[in-house]
Amino acid sequence: MPKHDTPLLDQLESGPWPSFVTDLKRQAETKDECWDILGQLELSYKDKVTHWKHGGIVGVFGYGGGIIGRYSDVPDKFPGVAHFHTVRLNQPSSKFYSTDILLRICEMWERRGSGMTNFHGSTGDMVLLGTSTPQLEEIFWEATHDLKMDLGGSGGNLRTPSCCIGKARCEWSCYDTQAACYDITMTYQDELHRPAFPYKFKTKFSGCPNDCVAAGVRSDFSVIGNWRDDIRIDQAEVQEYIKGNSPPNAGAHAGRDWGAFDIQKEVIDLCPTNCMTMAGNDLKIDNSECTRCMHCINVMPKALRPGTDTGACILIGAKAPILDGAQMSTMIFPFVKMVPGEGDPPEGGFEDYKELLEKTWDWWMEEGKNRERIGESIQRIGLPTFLQIMEVEPIPQHVQEPRSNPYVFWKSEEVPGGFERDVKAYRARHAM
Amino acid sequence: MGYDPENPMQGRITDIGPPHYEQYFPPVIKENYGKWKYHEITQPGVLKHVSETGAECYTARIACARLISIELIRDYCKVADDHCEGFLRWTTRNNVEFMVDSEAKLQPLLDDLAKHGMMPVGGTGAGLTNVVHTQGWVHCHTPATDASGVVKAVMDELFDYFTSMTLPAQVRIALACCLNMCGAVHCSDIAILGVHRKPPLIDNDVISAVCELPLAVASCPLGAIKPAKGINTKGEEVKSVTVKEERCMFCGNCYTMCPAMPLADPEGDGIAILVGGKISNRISGPKFSKMVIPFLPNTPPRWPETVDAVKNILEVYAKDANKYERLGDWAERIGWEKFFEKCNIPFSDKCIDDYRLAYDTWRTTTQFKYTSHIK
Ligand code: HEM
Ligand code: SF4
Ligand code: SF4
Ligand code: SF4
Ligand code: SF4
Repeated sequence: MPKHDTPLLDQLESGPWPSFVTDLKRQAETKDECWDILGQLELSYKDKVTHWKHGGIVGVFGYGGGIIGRYSDVPDKFPGVAHFHTVRLNQPSSKFYSTDILLRICEMWERRGSGMTNFHGSTGDMVLLGTSTPQLEEIFWEATHDLKMDLGGSGGNLRTPSCCIGKARCEWSCYDTQAACYDITMTYQDELHRPAFPYKFKTKFSGCPNDCVAAGVRSDFSVIGNWRDDIRIDQAEVQEYIKGNSPPNAGAHAGRDWGAFDIQKEVIDLCPTNCMTMAGNDLKIDNSECTRCMHCINVMPKALRPGTDTGACILIGAKAPILDGAQMSTMIFPFVKMVPGEGDPPEGGFEDYKELLEKTWDWWMEEGKNRERIGESIQRIGLPTFLQIMEVEPIPQHVQEPRSNPYVFWKSEEVPGGFERDVKAYRARHAM
Repeated sequence: MGYDPENPMQGRITDIGPPHYEQYFPPVIKENYGKWKYHEITQPGVLKHVSETGAECYTARIACARLISIELIRDYCKVADDHCEGFLRWTTRNNVEFMVDSEAKLQPLLDDLAKHGMMPVGGTGAGLTNVVHTQGWVHCHTPATDASGVVKAVMDELFDYFTSMTLPAQVRIALACCLNMCGAVHCSDIAILGVHRKPPLIDNDVISAVCELPLAVASCPLGAIKPAKGINTKGEEVKSVTVKEERCMFCGNCYTMCPAMPLADPEGDGIAILVGGKISNRISGPKFSKMVIPFLPNTPPRWPETVDAVKNILEVYAKDANKYERLGDWAERIGWEKFFEKCNIPFSDKCIDDYRLAYDTWRTTTQFKYTSHIK
């Protein structure tokens, strides 16, 4: 029996897209608090504002994050959601699950929570929505002991890392994104659970410049797979595309009649660097001009593949708008080898990455201001200074184009004789 | 033994991190790790991956509302147990993927998915995939709009684009219910963004108790907040702040820092539409989404104005763009003046940047197109 009337939400039960309202109602049959979620949400639909209070600080002992406090501002009407905290559980790399582990999580959440979840949070965690303070330690106990799972991050810390599907089911991954994500998460458990940074810090791992996990625009430390040798070409397979035997872009455009595949128009002319030509029947790529944008590889996956001297490009500083406007990460390290370690927990893996990460943290923890993302810290001090701190030689690849204003911050030691000058000597030569 | 509140440290385990991913791989994934040779989309929502060993993996991708119950997760598990040897995965865009190791196992899987009713197959190739989105009125204190309801309304209307591949390129829609942008929507083909339009209220009855005033003052990126005396409802003078209203850009950062400064308002709040962003480096580099509609009202439960606006932009793009051309690349090729004209969206001074570094987006060339905007 419905506990509250929800005439507005009921209108979201029709239509072909999966309805969260239908889902909530079904869950409410066994988890009564779901009626109160629906009831409070209906009230928001009527009032056109939220009815959640500013979150309180709750958590488990010894951790500074992973649990977000949440309280209703209409608890008398909806007692089932009076306390409705969120638990973030660190997802396994690229979100594969066995039904066994999922069903055990469900069983726990039936006993100790609302039965509702977000699969997943936008950072990557499994997000369990809605529990009360006395449950928190119990949940943490069961998670660590029975599920062998741990909390994800929140607050000014290393947020839960995430990665693309990579080598598990993608032919383009230039390094093992899943191993990297796991290794880095395991290595920096302390940084993840005990906030000690100026603000949040995200690192994400994509295996190639297609960047399926949005590393370059949604993480502070963006790791995007890349290669530095030549694109591998299978000329026989190129012919199959030309003849129309293989679907372009793996069939991604099959729903519309775009006419016969035209390699000149669809690949060669769209190459942003114009570095491809046909020499007779052979496709030629001037690899020294290629910027590895992936277009040709995406269009002809059977014929073209990334090179074999692979690693990752590291970019730093992406963030959403708050405070100083959105930023994308800036390319800092053009090519870093990403070599996995051995064993579980892994040892000796991704050492180049870790060295750069730690160096970045050391500086940012000293110099970053409270609630300043690293991208903003870099803006504040300027990219040249940041490169100097990171001991990176400035290269044209660091910029879109050179500066157009003449306001260079020369340093005293860079100018012969320095900035110390004698105004009297100057006046002796130049009368006022 | 379980948790003992009398002895909280006894037997405590911490910092074990996430479970190792490999134990959750279906056999075909585990055996062919790093050996994949190529893939094909055999029909909308179905991927075929072929390994160097000749092994094949067929994946059926379905939409998931992200806000889901454990009952629905159990339904997913039932499908995975019946067809996929007990394994499944989620994508970065909230889709669920079911994998089988032969073509023969695919159709029975698809049949079961179709039977369920809440497991539509799609989201591949040059189509529309699932919407990355945030919490909204379901679970956050700062939203300017709902998340799940808007997503449901938009995707009901655009559903055919999810189950087909008729667009010039993939289109990524994302929604964030306030400028904090938990979904990081700032680089989406179409971004639906909750915005406030009224400056914060100041609750002098509680502000000195619940806020660190210097933090509230420092929170404002535009320095619009100043310390000041306020009068509470008892008529007493209290330490408080004032907000210079003409300086406020309604970012809500003050409310994040100070619970006594709420912005939410039924008329003030609504949705802005930003378009033309992208994440991948394919052909062109990543791009920010640009604001083309500064405000649409909050009209639950189905937000018709927002649904129409998104559908209109998507369909004008679909008709006009070249094969492989992302929405932002199309808008840049035809010029933003043409974008507004073709989409029949009124241009507004609100779409002209006047924040920091704004000058970058002002036009400084004589190259433009004569559209109806030039009278
Ligand atoms: C106050 C209530 C808030 C709630 C309920 C909330 C909720 C969430 C959740 C559930 C996630 C996904 C977490 C995960 O997967 O681990 C998330 C991610 C995120 N949050 Fe929030 N958040 C809040 C405040 C903020 C604030 C104040 C900011 C910015 C100043 C912010 C910015 C973000 C961003 C940018 C992401 C996405 C990160 C990514 O995609 O990698 N959130 N938020
Ligand atoms: S980012 Fe590249 S390697 Fe990773 S899943 Fe996407 S296409 Fe594959
Ligand atoms: S990867 Fe991009 S830049 Fe390189 S050859 Fe292919 S289309 Fe051209
Ligand atoms: S985008 Fe804003 S309103 Fe939405 S969940 Fe994040 S912080 Fe809350
Ligand atoms: S909403 Fe933003 S701009 Fe307005 S007062 Fe608050 S912090 Fe300042």
